[in-house]
Amino acid sequence: MEEPSAGRRTRADAKKPTVGLFATCLVDLFRPSVGFASVKLLEDAGCRVEVPLGQTCCGQPAYNSGDRADTAAIAKQVIESFEGFDYVVAPSGSCGSTMKKHYPWLFEEGDPWRARAERFSAKVHELVSFLTDVMGITGVEGRLDQSVTYHDSCSGLRELGVQAQPRALLNSLEGATITEMKDANVCCGFGGTFCVKYPDISNTIVTKKMKAITDTGADMLLAGDMGCLMNMAGKLKREGSNVEVRHVAEVLAGMTDQPAIAGGGKR
Amino acid sequence: MELTSLKFKEQSSAAIANADLQRALGNVEKGFIDKRRKSTDALPEFDRLRDNARDIKNHTLAHLDHYLEAYEEKVTQSGGHVHWAATAAEAREAVLAICQQRKAKTVTKGKSMITEEIGLNDFLSANDITPVETDLGEYIIQLRGEHPSHIIAPAVHVNRDQVESDFRRVHTQFEAERDLTEPVSLLAEAREVLRQKYFEADIGITGANFLVAETGSSVIVTNEGNGDLTQTLGKVHIVVASIEKVVPTLEDTAQILRVLARSATGQDMSVYTTVSTGPKRADDPDGPEEYHVVLVDNGRSDMLGTEYQEMLRCIRCGACMNHCPVYHAVGGHAYGSVYPGPMGAVLTPSLHGIDKSGHLPNASTFCGRCEEVCPMRIPLPKMMRHWREQEFEKHLQPSKARFGLGIWAYVARRPKLYRRAVSLAMPVLSRLGGARHRIARLPLAGGWTRHRDLPAPEGATFMQQWAERQRHDKGSKA
Amino acid sequence: MSGRDAILSKIRASLGAGGDEAARKTAVAERLAGHPRGVIPERGHLPAAERLALFRDMAIKANASVATLAGYDALPDAVLTYLRERNLPASVRMGTDPRLAEAPWHEAATLEVKSGASDGEDVTGVSHALGAVAETGTLALTSGTDNPTTVNFLPEHHLVVVDAKDVTGDLESLWSALRTSRGDGSMPRTVNLVTGPSRSGDIEQVLLMGAHGPRSVHILVIDPEGTMPAERTP
Ligand code: SF4
Repeated sequence: MEEPSAGRRTRADAKKPTVGLFATCLVDLFRPSVGFASVKLLEDAGCRVEVPLGQTCCGQPAYNSGDRADTAAIAKQVIESFEGFDYVVAPSGSCGSTMKKHYPWLFEEGDPWRARAERFSAKVHELVSFLTDVMGITGVEGRLDQSVTYHDSCSGLRELGVQAQPRALLNSLEGATITEMKDANVCCGFGGTFCVKYPDISNTIVTKKMKAITDTGADMLLAGDMGCLMNMAGKLKREGSNVEVRHVAEVLAGMTDQPAIAGGGKR
Repeated sequence: MELTSLKFKEQSSAAIANADLQRALGNVEKGFIDKRRKSTDALPEFDRLRDNARDIKNHTLAHLDHYLEAYEEKVTQSGGHVHWAATAAEAREAVLAICQQRKAKTVTKGKSMITEEIGLNDFLSANDITPVETDLGEYIIQLRGEHPSHIIAPAVHVNRDQVESDFRRVHTQFEAERDLTEPVSLLAEAREVLRQKYFEADIGITGANFLVAETGSSVIVTNEGNGDLTQTLGKVHIVVASIEKVVPTLEDTAQILRVLARSATGQDMSVYTTVSTGPKRADDPDGPEEYHVVLVDNGRSDMLGTEYQEMLRCIRCGACMNHCPVYHAVGGHAYGSVYPGPMGAVLTPSLHGIDKSGHLPNASTFCGRCEEVCPMRIPLPKMMRHWREQEFEKHLQPSKARFGLGIWAYVARRPKLYRRAVSLAMPVLSRLGGARHRIARLPLAGGWTRHRDLPAPEGATFMQQWAERQRHDKGSKA
Repeated sequence: MSGRDAILSKIRASLGAGGDEAARKTAVAERLAGHPRGVIPERGHLPAAERLALFRDMAIKANASVATLAGYDALPDAVLTYLRERNLPASVRMGTDPRLAEAPWHEAATLEVKSGASDGEDVTGVSHALGAVAETGTLALTSGTDNPTTVNFLPEHHLVVVDAKDVTGDLESLWSALRTSRGDGSMPRTVNLVTGPSRSGDIEQVLLMGAHGPRSVHILVIDPEGTMPAERTP
């Protein structure tokens, strides 16, 4: 692991680790404020952040549909755009793990792209765990007056070990109370294309998740993945819940001016 | 059973609408998950045992031919007979031939997934031999004319009141007024009925959790003791087992036993683990006179050397389905295959072809919980993904989905085009969301909006706004 | 081609075998002869007293009951007491195990002792175990005239006698004992590893005792050295 550089530095930017922010397609399209929150968190942690314009998506829709050729083509494009950075950071465990754990598999042993993908993958991190595990951040400044509950998105949890990190940073906010929901580590039923291919099953799963969320009585639901958040928010709002749904980065960065995901919440 | 995996979607929707089934499925989440966690937490060596269990099976599979030969030699030495069956049909015929030779009328059966796989019960019935399932769960579903919905809890989809009415319907020898409201009285009644059957049966058929090459033994693991009565009281014991059940030694068996019971039911050890070697000895007061093993391949040898080889490590503990959100939602029957849940999603296409079971590896959110709990460390999501790739390569997916994906991929590979398209589309979608910031109905997005709203985009995309900010920053620096 | 050859040759083809067959054969022969022990849980390595206490705790956890006796002399009385406390008929079925035979059954005049395999009519069976495994509270029973298998499964109550010195820490050690027990390395027809009484969870996943086998398993540990620690009073 590289030396952590704590706090905002005033010295030349050249000393700072450069981070290529992989915004993820859902943040790019649906929730730009998560992108800006990520930039703020990374800059506050002492990184120099760039957002390469060559990015579209990590390729999961193709990858999960069995379309290996297109996935590999997209992966090459991502690798080319990002391999120059010290780190590649995504505000998503799912895109993060696709790039970190799966890209190398897309290329046969012996293919020069395999080694290139492995070098690239070693630099990839999910946002919150990057802040804590690589940059050594132990807390963020700010207040949180609403009670929150946190959903562990599957890929982040099981492939990247993201579980304690977001809770630790949330707990560092003044006034924070996290009420754990039952089965926080169980899938919300999103699963990418799964939720539109098998809507009834997805609905059965997210209905249980909704109950777990509302049973906590928390004002706000947080998670680290836009896909899960859109799924859970869409369900909560359809059923008339006023739980406010946000990406954890928005709250950690203190950037909650935007209406919550799918609107609503106590206003 | 007839494979109906192609109807998975319809079957799963029906399962979701079935209130009785949904009530019963609640028992899977309640009954298995905490118990497993408690028992694995209590054994500090659990993860190392998993590694070793994986390594033992990997070693065995890499030398499967030699271990099978060693096993056969030992079975023969102990007075047993080995019958090799390359296909399900050959396996059924081998069992039938033994039954016919002994002029068997009734056979009792211990719980066995392989006999489900080869469709043994229907075949025996068609040949005037009555198979009697003796595991309580198997017995219940046999009375109901159903197939198991779970590999270790075959009747998990049935509620107690349903069992009661089945018993009243079939057990007409008992008084109609008897009280069967408590599960314990149901169990007592089944015990009494089945006791009789063990003594009447000519032949007992069991599966095997392990075949031990070192000793030529078959091993069964049960909690009820039905498998033992089945194999002890019949004049002939037939073991039906697939070839990947072989393990080298008793020690290797012990290693895997430690992860099996804990993963399956959260017990440290199942109640009965029985190691059987050959028929009754000269001075034995009890036990079967003949001991036969039907070794079934039925597609396994084709999986060796492929990306699906690791599936042959499976010890049928059921942990993957116990932890699967999709299984929790739809139960086992919706999968339309003998093997449901994550392990079935990998195994069914291997046994029957992906063209007949394409839904199964697709109906997963890739949440990874199955792999997380699998005692044999089988990478189930990875193998489901392989099946999706094969499906894609064979053009088996619906053309609409493929077409949509094709357009998306075309655009996603061209950042400039992508940017132009999305920067036009997102503001429109955003406006559709209005002040509520969500969209309740959207053409072409019915899969999403049938059950939930679509959160509306904020407006301009992140990349647009970022580019804007960069321009602005530069401008202000100048 | 027979099924056997078809299967074996397909396996060899799929594995790409056929090159260095000698090495593959040696690997198999070595494992079969060496039977490596693998990962043994720490709790399998306890000293004798703790091992016996663990065995008792684990057996009780598996819903068996456990009593300790100073010797075989005390066995008939212990059996009678068990039957009397539960209002069971004063009759037991057992095999010809010499260790059981050596107990002074004549002293328990009211007790009927039937010999041989069970026919399903016996309420209580008595067996002598080859050994037991502390880590899981498991009994190991081997078939034969000494201890017929039917006695393990048909009676509703199963009383199992085991010598304290035969309680091993882990299952692997029990296999070693088994290998030497018959002298020639051969296996008895059946080894029953029994961990508590029969049960089923097949109706709504509610655990019910006494499915097809015994409803109750009572273990009598013969401990002449007094190694078993006194039971902790809860
Ligand atoms: S795949 Fe793993 S978890 Fe599932 S049944 Fe097989 S061994 Fe158990």
